[in-house]
Amino acid sequence: MEINRREFMKTSAAAGAAFVSGLGFDVSAAQTYAKALRIKGAKVTTSICCFCSVGCGLLVHTSAGKVINIEGDPEHPISEGSLCAKGSSIYQVVNNPLRVTKPRYRAPGAAAWKEVEWDWALDQIARRLKDTRDRTFKTTVTSMSREQKAADAGEEALLFPDLVTDKARDFVVNRTDGIAHIGSAALDNEECYLTQKLMRSWGVVHIEHQARL
Amino acid sequence: MTNHWIDLKNADVILVMGANPAANHPISMKWVTRAQERGSKLICVDPRFTQTASKADLYAPIRSGTDIAFLGGLIHYLISNDLIFRDYVVEYTDAPFLVHPDFKMPGDLGGVFSGYSDETSKYDRKTWAFQVDEKGVPRRDPTLRAPNCVFQLLKKHYSRYTIDKVVDITGTPKEKVLAVYEAIASTHKPDRVATVCYAMGWTQHTVGVQNIRAFSIVQLLLGNMGMAGGGVNALRGEGNVQGSTDHGLLFHILTGYLPSPVASMDSLKDYITKLTPRTSEPRSVNWWGNRGKYITSYLKAVYGEKATKENDYGYAWIPKVDDGMKASWLAIFAKMYLGSFDGFFCWGMNPANSSAGAGKVREALGKLKWMVAVDMFDHETASFWRGPGVNPKDIKTEVFLLPACSSVEKEGSISNSGRVAQWRYKAIEPIGQSKSDADILNELHFRVKSLYLKGGGKFADPIVNLTWDYGEKDASGKVKHLDVQKVAGEINGYYTEDVYDQTANPPKLVGKRGDLVTNFVSLRDDGTTSSGNWLYCGSLAQKDGKIVNQMERRGKEDATGLGLYPNWAWAWPVNRRVIYNRASVDPNGNPWDPKRAVLKWNAALNDAGKPIGWQGDIPDGPAPPLATEKEGKLPFIMKPLGVGSMFGPGLGDGPLPEHYEPMESPVPANLMSKKYRVNPTIPFEKFQAQAKDPSFLFSSDFKKYPYVGTTYRLAEHWQSGSMTRPVAWLLEMQPQMFVEMDPDLAAQKGIRNGDMVTVITARGQLSCPALVTVRLQPMMVQGKKIHVIGMPWHFGWQHPADGSGGDSVNLLVPFVGDPNALIPESKAFLVNLVKTAEKRTPTPPKKALQGREG
Repeated sequence: MEINRREFMKTSAAAGAAFVSGLGFDVSAAQTYAKALRIKGAKVTTSICCFCSVGCGLLVHTSAGKVINIEGDPEHPISEGSLCAKGSSIYQVVNNPLRVTKPRYRAPGAAAWKEVEWDWALDQIARRLKDTRDRTFKTTVTSMSREQKAADAGEEALLFPDLVTDKARDFVVNRTDGIAHIGSAALDNEECYLTQKLMRSWGVVHIEHQARL
Repeated sequence: MTNHWIDLKNADVILVMGANPAANHPISMKWVTRAQERGSKLICVDPRFTQTASKADLYAPIRSGTDIAFLGGLIHYLISNDLIFRDYVVEYTDAPFLVHPDFKMPGDLGGVFSGYSDETSKYDRKTWAFQVDEKGVPRRDPTLRAPNCVFQLLKKHYSRYTIDKVVDITGTPKEKVLAVYEAIASTHKPDRVATVCYAMGWTQHTVGVQNIRAFSIVQLLLGNMGMAGGGVNALRGEGNVQGSTDHGLLFHILTGYLPSPVASMDSLKDYITKLTPRTSEPRSVNWWGNRGKYITSYLKAVYGEKATKENDYGYAWIPKVDDGMKASWLAIFAKMYLGSFDGFFCWGMNPANSSAGAGKVREALGKLKWMVAVDMFDHETASFWRGPGVNPKDIKTEVFLLPACSSVEKEGSISNSGRVAQWRYKAIEPIGQSKSDADILNELHFRVKSLYLKGGGKFADPIVNLTWDYGEKDASGKVKHLDVQKVAGEINGYYTEDVYDQTANPPKLVGKRGDLVTNFVSLRDDGTTSSGNWLYCGSLAQKDGKIVNQMERRGKEDATGLGLYPNWAWAWPVNRRVIYNRASVDPNGNPWDPKRAVLKWNAALNDAGKPIGWQGDIPDGPAPPLATEKEGKLPFIMKPLGVGSMFGPGLGDGPLPEHYEPMESPVPANLMSKKYRVNPTIPFEKFQAQAKDPSFLFSSDFKKYPYVGTTYRLAEHWQSGSMTRPVAWLLEMQPQMFVEMDPDLAAQKGIRNGDMVTVITARGQLSCPALVTVRLQPMMVQGKKIHVIGMPWHFGWQHPADGSGGDSVNLLVPFVGDPNALIPESKAFLVNLVKTAEKRTPTPPKKALQGREG
């Protein structure tokens, strides 16, 4: 059986109000009933909270392809069923009207987003990427001789390379300095692995993320 | 974390310094509370009386940016009162090692170690080396009396950190300092143990790495490393920031902390030769000696059959930075600001809010030709072109915003702060047209590869040769839906050939081509194994021909009673729950503290006539205890010398932590050095010279900016707020930016709770309501009253849509960082305050502020 969320809120609010008003009767049966209604017949999937790094367990209740409830996993040895304010709100992270659900594009100088098709967006990105990569690709860099280095101290030292050899010579680097990437600690391990693999295959070396902050 | 969350229950003393778990890791407090319930002490040292402080047995305020002074005084206290665990220190640390006779310290040289050059702002580290014998093994004095042994150097160096000096620098009341020292020192006994929880409050400083080293020295002196309830524990701030770091999403590391190759390493052999540590200490395991096996297996994972011995396993296909080149966070935005990048991928991040110097980051984004943002919500970075003060017409950057699905709409693993990798299952299909990040990566890989295959282009080899065998392909050759389990398999690694143990007669098959490798001990440097990340070897297992994903496990057995839960999910490395656990036993393998035995050597013989061996946690290496003749090994297996390093000759800014003032400091002098006010390896003058580039602006003019500013998080929001400000329940609880200040400062400035104030730094300004609270108190530093003000950093202009949330505190934060880890100094900077409006602000309603007052 499915229960309309608004009705559930009314039910639980009523039960809660009775409880806190101290009318002196036992509301636990009503609470249990309300809870049973909420997730009755729902499929349960375990997950882990997406916020801080404690790694608390979640039970995700779904029905008809929708998330209808998320709560703490009582079997989880770290969190033992508890969740903080953020963890308790993941339901609203998933079911949220502000979520972006279609690719968007903003043209140079435009004042607004435009919704676009995935195929178009991905093709455009792939082309931008290839153009930039091909134009900025560095096969080699030339080292500085010790003499050059000695003569060239100063302003640029902060970002300046330290590639110094007795005599100047070429070294293979096969990279682009025209593209940077940041992110992300919000991804799964497998996605992080794929990200570094893909970015490096394109020759990107400016790869950073939250861990540096 | 060297230990893990549940292990907090095993500590006798828990120091929280530079962190606020009650607000930022709330559920972890369950385990702190369990410890307190059996009499353990929680100590909180923080500029602000935080939620953690409210639960603490002992709270000590501290001026932001003076942790090394506080901890240096603690080291002095431990040594001068002989409150150390001497057996542990002598056996398991570098305390007895003799340092170069010409080594000099800041007490001798007026604030720097030997080798410093004022001209280059760098150290020549020649005199920081250990003295070695003819075999190359460090000379040691087990009595710890030799004047040049590390222990005596520590004693001398920190004798300058007297209690009065500590109080004068930190602003912490003397009795509080001593109470903290006494409590921590109580754990020098083998049967008492202390732990520390730290976070950005220690790292976001120009002495960030040295802050953590300072307490690592304390833990070694007290014998608390490797113990249940001990260790040095970074409370990581993101659900998978442990995993994302493990998987090499930083410029300087590939996966598994393998250093990124640099230009001068021209072959795989050269990489391995230069980066593989060697040891002359026969009792050292020197685990990084396996570097060659791990990098070769990584290349085999990434390039598969295309990686051959003949082509150096595709080593040339891995891009290289120039030697010494910084491609770190601050460097990326500094370069972007100068127009160096055309393209930018901003994946699951919001740097327009979360980066130090956010104002300059926002400007830098406008210098790009194209940007791709991938996220669940639109945020201040994706929409920078319509931000405050920006005319979209002026911004030529093309922006693509690709919708990512949430974590319950896909499957995969994440690694918590305790290194436990847990599997998340897919509960529903991605909402709307959103896709998993893995599917977006799959699309981009395929489309870029297709362009190169069709039209050619610069150096297509690394793109077209990349392995991407992650599921069924459609007619065009694209993987239809990326199978994450297959990626997990690649990360774990396989035998790429049949591998035989050639020492057996006849040779015995140890691994069949296509089988999963059991753990990283199986990895080889001859191309016969692959592993995308050696640390995650063993996260999958092969049982009876079937693949078992260990990260999915839900076993609740806890044989030691210490909360190790070895059958719950899977921890790296090799399911070890406490790192350096061999230091928790004496050289004979008996636990220092039998009632909290993480590990124990059982010498009784089994049926085969061999000792039963280690029991408890997975030991740090299978070797028998140290005292075992010939075979015994030292406990710190990742260190070439096998011991815990109190002396750190590998760092750029000194082998021992020394107090320097933050770049923006409210006092005129560094009491530890007349000449060097700030970390001398940060080229102060060069920053000044670049002041014409506003991205480097900072000011130590404490007359203009008299107060110390610091930043922090709230329980109800997360990081830049891009995932929590759109959540109505959370936004209702914490609706907007505010600035906390002490009542004394507020009275001085005529500010009442709720008045609008403008906070000003050299970088910019920010308006928000004042929150006047006794949680902050003025401190006396060098005879001067210092006020610290605090600001959360989750807010931004886009959500809530009416702009009532204010904006990011990072608009105020300086763009300078630690010289080792390159982390920006977000936790200590100078600010001024101006009251701008008398009346209470319309939002939040008065009710929302109740309970936050006073």
